[in-house]
Amino acid sequence: MQRNVRKYVWLFLLPTLIAFLISFLIPFLAGIYLSFTEFTTVTDATWVGLQNYVRAFTEDRDFLNAFWFTLKFTIVSVLSVNLLAFILAFLLTKGLRGTNFFRTVFFVPNLIGGIVLGYIWQLIINGILSGMGVDLTYSATYGFWGLVVLMNWQMIGYMMIIYVAGLQNIPTEMQEVAAIDGAGGLQTLRHVTLPLLMPSITICTFLTLTNSFKMFDQNLALTAGAPGKETQMLALDIYNTFYGSIGQEGVGQAKAVIFFLLVAAFALIQLRVTKSREADL
Amino acid sequence: MKKILAFFLLCLLFIPLAGCGGDDKNTLYFLNFKPEVASVYTEIAKKYKEETGVTLRVVTAASGTYEQTLKSEISKSDAPVLFQLNGVIGYSAWKDYCADLSDTEIYQHLSDPSLAIRSGEGVYGIPAVVEGYGILYNKAITDRYFALQNRSTSFSSMDEINSFEKLSALVKDMTAHKSDLGIKGVFAATSLKSGEDWRWHTHLANLPVYYEFEEKNIDITTDDLSEIAFSHNREFKQIFDLYLNNSTTEPRLLGSKQVADSMAEFALEQCAMVQNGNWAWSQIADVTGNKVKAENIRFLPLYIGEDGEEKQGLCIGTENYFAINRKASAEKQKLAADFLNWLYTSASGKDFVTNKLNFIAPYDTFAEGETPSDPLGKQVYEWMNKEDVYTVPWTFSIFPSQSFKDDFGAALLQYAQGTRTWEDVVRTVITRWKEEST
Repeated sequence: MQRNVRKYVWLFLLPTLIAFLISFLIPFLAGIYLSFTEFTTVTDATWVGLQNYVRAFTEDRDFLNAFWFTLKFTIVSVLSVNLLAFILAFLLTKGLRGTNFFRTVFFVPNLIGGIVLGYIWQLIINGILSGMGVDLTYSATYGFWGLVVLMNWQMIGYMMIIYVAGLQNIPTEMQEVAAIDGAGGLQTLRHVTLPLLMPSITICTFLTLTNSFKMFDQNLALTAGAPGKETQMLALDIYNTFYGSIGQEGVGQAKAVIFFLLVAAFALIQLRVTKSREADL
Repeated sequence: MKKILAFFLLCLLFIPLAGCGGDDKNTLYFLNFKPEVASVYTEIAKKYKEETGVTLRVVTAASGTYEQTLKSEISKSDAPVLFQLNGVIGYSAWKDYCADLSDTEIYQHLSDPSLAIRSGEGVYGIPAVVEGYGILYNKAITDRYFALQNRSTSFSSMDEINSFEKLSALVKDMTAHKSDLGIKGVFAATSLKSGEDWRWHTHLANLPVYYEFEEKNIDITTDDLSEIAFSHNREFKQIFDLYLNNSTTEPRLLGSKQVADSMAEFALEQCAMVQNGNWAWSQIADVTGNKVKAENIRFLPLYIGEDGEEKQGLCIGTENYFAINRKASAEKQKLAADFLNWLYTSASGKDFVTNKLNFIAPYDTFAEGETPSDPLGKQVYEWMNKEDVYTVPWTFSIFPSQSFKDDFGAALLQYAQGTRTWEDVVRTVITRWKEEST
């Protein structure tokens, strides 16, 4: 029996492996290869070496600007999404009336697509700003905070669910013991709840970090980079490089590879930092 | 049971492979560029199948995504045989894929060979349509103005307006009387939302670039176009300012206005003028509560203040060319050429072109009366055939890239909002042109 399984293991893995190969590994490797070439269609490319990587940084400052904007956005939204999601989760595990209803309400925005949300918020924000005689395209500050609001609105519900699950997993005994030992509410939160919640915090920061970094559709729908390219994030810049200019496909591809490395690096650092703080029961 | 399940799963694996077949010898794959006529092409395909037995498979790219769709479709084994180019720049991106059309029958029918995209001896794109644009005005409102007793200009009809100076005087005085005329502003909103700003960074910008090239005697098919001086930017600025200052909308709110908003304002008689072309007819006609009458919509050439512009006509050209995929098999290429020939020479094809697609077709197979029935198409046709005016070609087809246009549009918006100076706009145009031309 054991021998048989070992013999056939490849056969059973084959469908998954093929799917993985076709839909992930081959495109990924082809993408890296294309970043070293000049091409119009992906089947017909000429090798140019590192030229695309040089052009990504030297031809204009768009990529760097987009990087700084994305970084600022990511920092602000990771903090705000997690903080707000945690507060909501905390309140909604206190056994208030209508808890289930509120959980659903907060979760629903997550089910709406980014493009739709982007346009809806564009209407709302423009409606508010028109009172001041301007609109969203007037200043990058409006665009930035618009994106933060949008991101929060969409992500909080999802993160809240993860936090709720995490909070419900903490044994009530721990809190009771803390109370008997004379710890106040804040002390319990800081020394008991938070350390035990670290696994959830790891997941949530990971999800918000990568999602903020990779954000595309909301950005496209809400501001499309306006004013100018000041609110253009990395993914949108890559898209515009690839499709907006002639002969820049390779540069776009090079930017995409750099983008992948950036996201991977940030995510790994974040995982290491938060994981090291996880406590065991 | 498990065996059945395993077999079923195995079958699932092969479905995608089986789905790749279906490439029929008698099928012509056409990738269409204009979403607004997608449904017409479906009818055409039906008729074509009836008459010739050839299946025309039309795929339409969503608005503004033609280049991306073409990029991915053309690298497939079942690639589009007939596709569309937007002009010389499009050709430069796709030249490896464009077959020489100089021997096709349809090219022999082209009324003006200079309309085609040519390179060296070859012909690589032939126009599907010619279109024209200028300033559309509502004659009902201008007539109301000319009837005013207290107006401070001496014009008595729109025929007298034949330069920027006169247009400007008229518009300013109309703005002063806008409550008498029952309009919110003379011009419709200068739509500057990104993606909706092509009327300015492409169509309006066509004129200063055209006049610059004329002045320098530049031939756009042969000379180096990697730099422009934007020497006629003053003229561009003065008409752009005229649009901004006499508009229905405050300049700082223009960043969220779309072309459809402007056309709706025109249709609802909230404004008297709007810059657009004959393709806008359907947009005007489809607005609910539409007040403007078809016979009252007229074209005025886009006067920007150049010397001798009294004889200037509309801007007429196309950015809609057919090209045939060189990498497709010879039989398929023949199918594509035959289809084009059918569309522009056969009775049923021509009927679709003039009455359903509303195209002004630049082919000698179309007789005098066979022009589109919509009022704007008719007028473009009239302007084209006026003896004493010169038409302005669509020089913008050599604008270096979409990215250049987007940046130009964004700079115009910031100028309108007052956050950037005109000098910044000029600098953006010059530097981005150079960068994107390399």
